Amino acid sequence: MDLAAQTLQFLFSGITNGAIYGLIALGFTIIYNATEVINFAQGELVMLGGMIMIALSKGTNLPLPAGFVISVSIVSIVGASFERFTIRPLKNPTQIGIIIITIGVSILLKGVAMFIWGKETLSSRPFSHSPPIHVGSATLDPQSLWILGITFGILLLLQLFYQKTITGKAMRACAFNKRAAGLVGIPTQKMILLSFVLSAAMGAAAGVAITPITMCSYDMGTILGLKGFCAVVLGGLGSTIGSVVGGFILGIVESLGAGLISSSLRDAIAFVLLLGMLFVRPQGIFGIKEVKKI
Amino acid sequence: MKTQKSTVLAILTGLIFLVLLCMPRSSALAAEPYKIGCIFSVTGPASFLGDPEKKSAIMLADQINKKGGINGHPIELVIYDTEGDPTKAVLNINKLIFHDKVLAVIGPSRTPTTLAVIPIAQRAQIPLISCAAGIKITQPVKKWIFKTAQTDALAVAKIYSYIKEQNIKKIAIITVANAFGESGKEQLIKQAPKFGIEVVAQESFGPKDTDMTPQLTKIRATPAQAVVCWGTNPGPAVVAKNMKQLDMKIPLFQSHGVASPKFIELAGDAANGIILPTGKILVAKDIPDSDPQKSVLLKYIKDYESRYKTNVSGFGGYAYDGLNLLAIALEKAGADKAKIRDELEKIKGYKGVSGVFNFSPSEHNGLTMDAFVLVKIVNGKWQIIK
Repeated sequence: MDLAAQTLQFLFSGITNGAIYGLIALGFTIIYNATEVINFAQGELVMLGGMIMIALSKGTNLPLPAGFVISVSIVSIVGASFERFTIRPLKNPTQIGIIIITIGVSILLKGVAMFIWGKETLSSRPFSHSPPIHVGSATLDPQSLWILGITFGILLLLQLFYQKTITGKAMRACAFNKRAAGLVGIPTQKMILLSFVLSAAMGAAAGVAITPITMCSYDMGTILGLKGFCAVVLGGLGSTIGSVVGGFILGIVESLGAGLISSSLRDAIAFVLLLGMLFVRPQGIFGIKEVKKI
Repeated sequence: MKTQKSTVLAILTGLIFLVLLCMPRSSALAAEPYKIGCIFSVTGPASFLGDPEKKSAIMLADQINKKGGINGHPIELVIYDTEGDPTKAVLNINKLIFHDKVLAVIGPSRTPTTLAVIPIAQRAQIPLISCAAGIKITQPVKKWIFKTAQTDALAVAKIYSYIKEQNIKKIAIITVANAFGESGKEQLIKQAPKFGIEVVAQESFGPKDTDMTPQLTKIRATPAQAVVCWGTNPGPAVVAKNMKQLDMKIPLFQSHGVASPKFIELAGDAANGIILPTGKILVAKDIPDSDPQKSVLLKYIKDYESRYKTNVSGFGGYAYDGLNLLAIALEKAGADKAKIRDELEKIKGYKGVSGVFNFSPSEHNGLTMDAFVLVKIVNGKWQIIK
């Protein structure tokens, strides 16, 4: 097989992974857009989504859409209680304080998942039982198309939500200046709660979609969260399109690097890319340079 | 009044203690028990090794004691947990040697913990039978150190001899980037020329990686006629799935690291056709009756499963064999550490759970590649092919 055909295969693999990272990155973006903090438990929400889906489909003949809805709803409730019981009671919510809380919650969720489902890796069935799709001499897993579809679907819905609806606009105002948003009558606490619910739901959707490919273990959230965070920084914090684009760039660079340079450098390539971006363009590709009036 | 009461109480408790202390003593006075130390990773990340090892050792000790012990001496196990941590393993073995004054030690369960305690056992001149797989434990031979688990080198030899029979000359290897994978890679590369095999591609993957298609695409572009994957779950399952996805038709070989039903569960349909070496315990019911280990295996499985009401694992056998070997040596040597060591070294043809052991002054693992069988996964079931 020649290099061109190989590269096509690397691209396919990169696009699949990129869509996964992008989907996780979107979850980060939603909470960031309402609170200006990074939710480090995002990866764990993804893991929970996948785990609940596997638990539901095990032994029962639950149809896929039903499992999807139940799993997303349960994780949304987890997201709501996350905000209600750990973030809201804070007296003086500082950014760093909230970030540390999210790290705490991520450890808690990981521990609970280990307790319930054990330390073993679990696998789930793909959405559709069709053979791999051949494009030239490269092949594509049908599950990748599902992931791509879900990523773009969510991206589209989010864009509409932020640009066209009052609630979406109010949410963004909240992040921009919480106090001013409150003064013009936006219920800021509700907005923050909503952002956690939305982001948890998105994480769960990502988890359900990716586990047929990645499989699921209690500690998968950490590395997924890191990669998603990487994608967010690459694309620009707060930009929905940016996080998806960042995800794709990360996925493709990783896969090309692993294929053409060395597979042992795979993770290193991703994080070198992240560091490089932080040095050269800290606001990310789609980010707007922060201007502060004094 | 009050003081009287407490004096009475104190005397009573003292009496009870005295009785309790005397009871086991008086019955065991006939013959001093043989104290054997065990250090297993009963909890922590390697609990899947240590837990069945502990259970197997306790089960066997009870069986021996029920039969009247060794030459009338009952066995007394002193078991400590390393939690898979080399530092704790060192503390444990010191406690066993200097506080509990044991005659010999079984364990530790993992290669890093074993390597940490070897210098101490050597210095204290106490026989130690490790349950870990690493080849560095018994090569080069150390005077006081033995081991019962099969080494990677034997698994590699088993696979390579089959590959050679199939007339496959060029292979690609893909290994996990941790101690298990690195050790496997070393052996795969070292032994290849001996079997006339050329390794045309070497790839690796992270223990948590979820996509190996780039590495496999690279392998597809090489003239490799087979792929050998060396790792523990879940990576090898991803390799199997990705190979199906890429429509690669060349055979896939896996290591004994995934020889468990879990692998078939994870890889699903992609598991079919994969060939891997495994200890015989996984396929005990299917091995031919002529196999010297068959009766030992069936007895061990039956005893274990009826006592603990859980499925037997492939790992408890390491401790079971270790204690059995020690019992043979103790029977001849009595309570003398140096003599126990000498007798251990003389054991020949002992049929254990992990293989037939033949120790000698130059061989302290005593197993050959016959300790493994090659199995092929057919319709989600193991099938012996060699």
